[in-house]
Amino acid sequence: MSTQHEQQAEATLTRLETVQSATEVEAIRVEALGKAGWISALMKTLGGMSPDERQVQAPRIQALRARVADAIEAKKAALEAAELEARLASETLDLTLPAPTTPKGSVHPVSQVMDELAEIFADLGFAVATGPEIEDDWYNFTALNMPESHPARAMHDTFYFPDTAPKGGRMLLRTHTSPVQIRSMVEQGAPIRIIAPGRVYRSDSDATHTPMFHQIEGLVIDRDIHLGHLKWTLETFLKAFFETDDIVLRLRPSYFPFTEPSVEVDVGFRWDNGKRVLGGSGDAEGHGWMELLGSGMVNRRVIEYAGLDPDEWQGFAFGVGVDRLAMLKYGMDDLRAFFDGDGRWLAHYGFSGLDQPTLSAGIGAGA
Amino acid sequence: MKFSLEWLKDYLDTDASVAEISAALNAIGIEVEGIEDPADKLAGFRVAEVLTAAPHPDADKLQVLTVSTGEGDPLTVVCGAPNARAGIKGVLGLPGAVVPANGMQLRKSAIRGVESNGMMCSVRELELGDAHEGIIELPADAPVGADFAAYNGASPVFDVAITPNRPDCMGVMGIARDLAAAGLGTFKPAEVPQIAGEEACAVEVRTDDAEGCPAFYARTVRGVSNGASPEWMQRRLLAAGQRPISALVDATNYLMLACGRPAHVYDMAKLTGPVVARRARDGEQVEALNEKTYTLDESMTVIADQAGVHDIGGIMGGEDSSVQPETTDVLLEIAYFNPESIGVTGRKLGLATDARTRFERGVDPAFLDDGLAILTGLILEACGGTPSEVMRAGQPPVEAKVIAFDPALTARLGGVEVAKAEQRRILESLDFKVDDDWQVTCPPRRHDIEGPADLVEEVVRIHGLDKVASVALPRAEGVAKPTATPAQKLERRLRRAAAARGLNEAITWSFISEREADLVGGGRWVLDNPISEDLKVMRPSLLPGLLSAARRNLDRGANSLQLFEIGRRYLEDGEHPSLAFVLVGAKGARDWRSGKPKPFDAFDAKAVVMDLLEAAGAPVANLMVMGEAGDVYHPGQSATLRLGPKNVIASFGAVHPSLLKAFDIDVPVVAGGIHLYAIPQRKSSGFARSAYAPPALQAVSRDFAFLVDAALPAGDLLRAVRGADKASIVDARIFDVFAGQGVPVGKKSVAVEVTLQPGEASFKDADLKAISDKVVAAAAKLGAELRG
Repeated sequence: MSTQHEQQAEATLTRLETVQSATEVEAIRVEALGKAGWISALMKTLGGMSPDERQVQAPRIQALRARVADAIEAKKAALEAAELEARLASETLDLTLPAPTTPKGSVHPVSQVMDELAEIFADLGFAVATGPEIEDDWYNFTALNMPESHPARAMHDTFYFPDTAPKGGRMLLRTHTSPVQIRSMVEQGAPIRIIAPGRVYRSDSDATHTPMFHQIEGLVIDRDIHLGHLKWTLETFLKAFFETDDIVLRLRPSYFPFTEPSVEVDVGFRWDNGKRVLGGSGDAEGHGWMELLGSGMVNRRVIEYAGLDPDEWQGFAFGVGVDRLAMLKYGMDDLRAFFDGDGRWLAHYGFSGLDQPTLSAGIGAGA
Repeated sequence: MKFSLEWLKDYLDTDASVAEISAALNAIGIEVEGIEDPADKLAGFRVAEVLTAAPHPDADKLQVLTVSTGEGDPLTVVCGAPNARAGIKGVLGLPGAVVPANGMQLRKSAIRGVESNGMMCSVRELELGDAHEGIIELPADAPVGADFAAYNGASPVFDVAITPNRPDCMGVMGIARDLAAAGLGTFKPAEVPQIAGEEACAVEVRTDDAEGCPAFYARTVRGVSNGASPEWMQRRLLAAGQRPISALVDATNYLMLACGRPAHVYDMAKLTGPVVARRARDGEQVEALNEKTYTLDESMTVIADQAGVHDIGGIMGGEDSSVQPETTDVLLEIAYFNPESIGVTGRKLGLATDARTRFERGVDPAFLDDGLAILTGLILEACGGTPSEVMRAGQPPVEAKVIAFDPALTARLGGVEVAKAEQRRILESLDFKVDDDWQVTCPPRRHDIEGPADLVEEVVRIHGLDKVASVALPRAEGVAKPTATPAQKLERRLRRAAAARGLNEAITWSFISEREADLVGGGRWVLDNPISEDLKVMRPSLLPGLLSAARRNLDRGANSLQLFEIGRRYLEDGEHPSLAFVLVGAKGARDWRSGKPKPFDAFDAKAVVMDLLEAAGAPVANLMVMGEAGDVYHPGQSATLRLGPKNVIASFGAVHPSLLKAFDIDVPVVAGGIHLYAIPQRKSSGFARSAYAPPALQAVSRDFAFLVDAALPAGDLLRAVRGADKASIVDARIFDVFAGQGVPVGKKSVAVEVTLQPGEASFKDADLKAISDKVVAAAAKLGAELRG
């Protein structure tokens, strides 16, 4: 190795500093370190040297090779880094632009409330029962102690079909969920604890009545069930449903042919900016009572019609409007909107599919 | 039903306040729907005396009065009434008072330049009646300055709802009896005058229909003068919302509202021969008091004479024999009608009257003589006349019901301990007779009492429902057990899966119009009495309801909508729980990257159906895609999903353009439906999953491109490929479908990526070759050629 080699190495390093592209760096690498490169050639001279000479020259040549090789690698890395930086600079996104969205679906408030009620009543040991909506006169009326001539029938505004019912009278649209009481007792016997949610129909239409609406029926038949159990059950379920202990009920004697004694249940509310908010006694200042549900001890005759011995079995039943409960809890004020299918209303009042009511997370879905 | 406090006090000796009475009424089951105090409306109106009256200087029809209110200087009042004159007493509305009839607040004002300090009022302005000719003239002894409401006997009016089981409370006296039992005062039964018949009853009455009209009592009163009823009676009737008509009519209305006892008065001059309760003849007609003519049939009980029908028994009297101002001789009828027959007749005729309401629910069968005496007394007082003896035909059913009552039942059923003595007191105060061993005799007026449970209700409601303590339902040990049935769980999963997938749940009417039903194949269940033609046929499909909702949304400017509903379809063989959905218009809004959105297409519907079926736990891998989705769909862009050739689980596709047109929808709509009952329920096999360990060796994939007939369903090819080597092929996916350049006419190219999973050992070239050969051979059975 000679000074000339040293100079050539210096020249290579100088050139490296000035080049701007990977191609040029590669050319320099080939020129120096490629198979036919001058440093490779210099390396080969080591083979022809005497051991003493090699001992002197080998470290020098290898040091020179290393200097050039390192410089080439460093230059390559620097160029790659610069290139990456330049590329990244060109790839900037305006992330204030909107991301793709997926449409948000919803569960109807009536379904949500029915799920909530199922959850609450499951904890109290009630199963969910169903029955037909196109009902036999016998199940809808007769077995509920409303024979043909009963004046209470007239209060039901019944929709009828021309078809004769198997058990007499005509087929009709059930006016309440109470026929499920009969069907459940006939099928399952006693003791029994059920709720029966579903669509019911009455020929009635105004701001607070629609010809189709939703009810939930409750029925408990056992040996020692009395009015006190009914009261507890209603209080317990309403407190759980509204998730507040501030629920005050007022029980009023009433009349339903299928219960005896019969009890109408009012709940206390206060006026808050023109809206009713449940809580407090209806007799308190700024408060009122609102009819919420009908209930009572199941009439002996109904138990008999259902094929059970009324001297052995007794219990209570209640019926409450699901739409009404939904409105009270979630703040809608027009029942007709429930059945309109307006996408805007559904998006506003509907619930996420993930809002599955659970006891641990709370029955209700927060606003 | 409305009644005033002063009327109530005829039958109830009480000092209780309006609020206390109201609370007690609610507590015993007589729901108070409203309380109105006329004194509130009459605040600011005083008894006043006109001292002087002089013509108005600038107006011909006006007078300037000086009026004394008993205090301070007399007031100047301008008045237009012709009867205003010095010396009369009337009612003055002071500035600030609001005129009940028109809501106008009185102010001190100048009328044609003369200051007026109030208004002298007419009967109509104070809503005390219809008279408006001139101002009210009060009797000379009216105390000047007195509050007019107080002077006029204004009394708070209760508006109550009587449940249909309590016809005995459809009269003020019955309500008073209940209130007295609840401790609100002392019950005072109506005073029954002793009427001495001064002659025999000149009209023979009898009942030829002992079933429909078991009892018909009557008497004549001759020589009456039928003017206006007494002021006190008019006041009470008005408070009850009943317009005074004439003394005779008012007397019957008064009896009905006071004692819950309807009666009828005939003009004797219009009667010929005996007056008989009998069945109507088919087709017989009567013009009733409402001036409508009713055609009767043999099931209906009427009161008739030789000439014809005078009364639809217990429902409405006839126009012909109704009493008039000139009537002088009358026949009074007090009858007992069979409640069921009244109901049937009333329903048939569509005629609802106060009398029907009471007879249908059952009036007091033991109150015929007393009722007749009270009515006669009222008529004699108001109209004079000579009463006859009472003529009685038939017998009312007064047999008293006796119930063996166990007072322990009150606690057992009612959940409240009430001392025996108190139970006895309550029952007796409600007019039950309780003997020493608790045989309870019911008053005949209480048709609602059938057995011991009814007596429990009587005791509990009077004792107070608020005294029933809450008692927890017995609870099963441990954590509550699940109660939902598989069908309920399926519905919940589908609902939440659909919502999570972006669909909004709608609830639409179960009934649709006949036209809409016919568009989807017609409905089996058609209502006899729909509320409107739009809501007449029970839906055989959920689609019409969703399409109608879609149209309403489009009309409101929506351009993209995804709706679903879970509900029943009503078919010949029952009610079928179903899910249906519609995807309407564009897939979404315009987007800065993708531009204008595409409309939903049939594959979007397929994706929803498949996702939902998967969420529902249906065996989606085994589903066959077949045709015959029905007329509601585009024939070439719809399909059914089946498990087995005949078991349709779901359908989907583009909605048929003609159906969209029928619903006035001009954007594309795709839809789908799932038959919930057709989804097989998975057998419960506990919670443990089948054993699985991820394979150690990596899967490999191979691509195949086949040329097939253009008509060959790609799904068939895919199934053939999948089935070619079940041990190794774990998946096959179509990743390209192409027709056109390079592909022969009538053919298409379908490219399939096949995923192969080695088992114990890696695939060797020979293995892969063998599998490939099997794939090609399987495809070849469908006429597919491997492309070079």
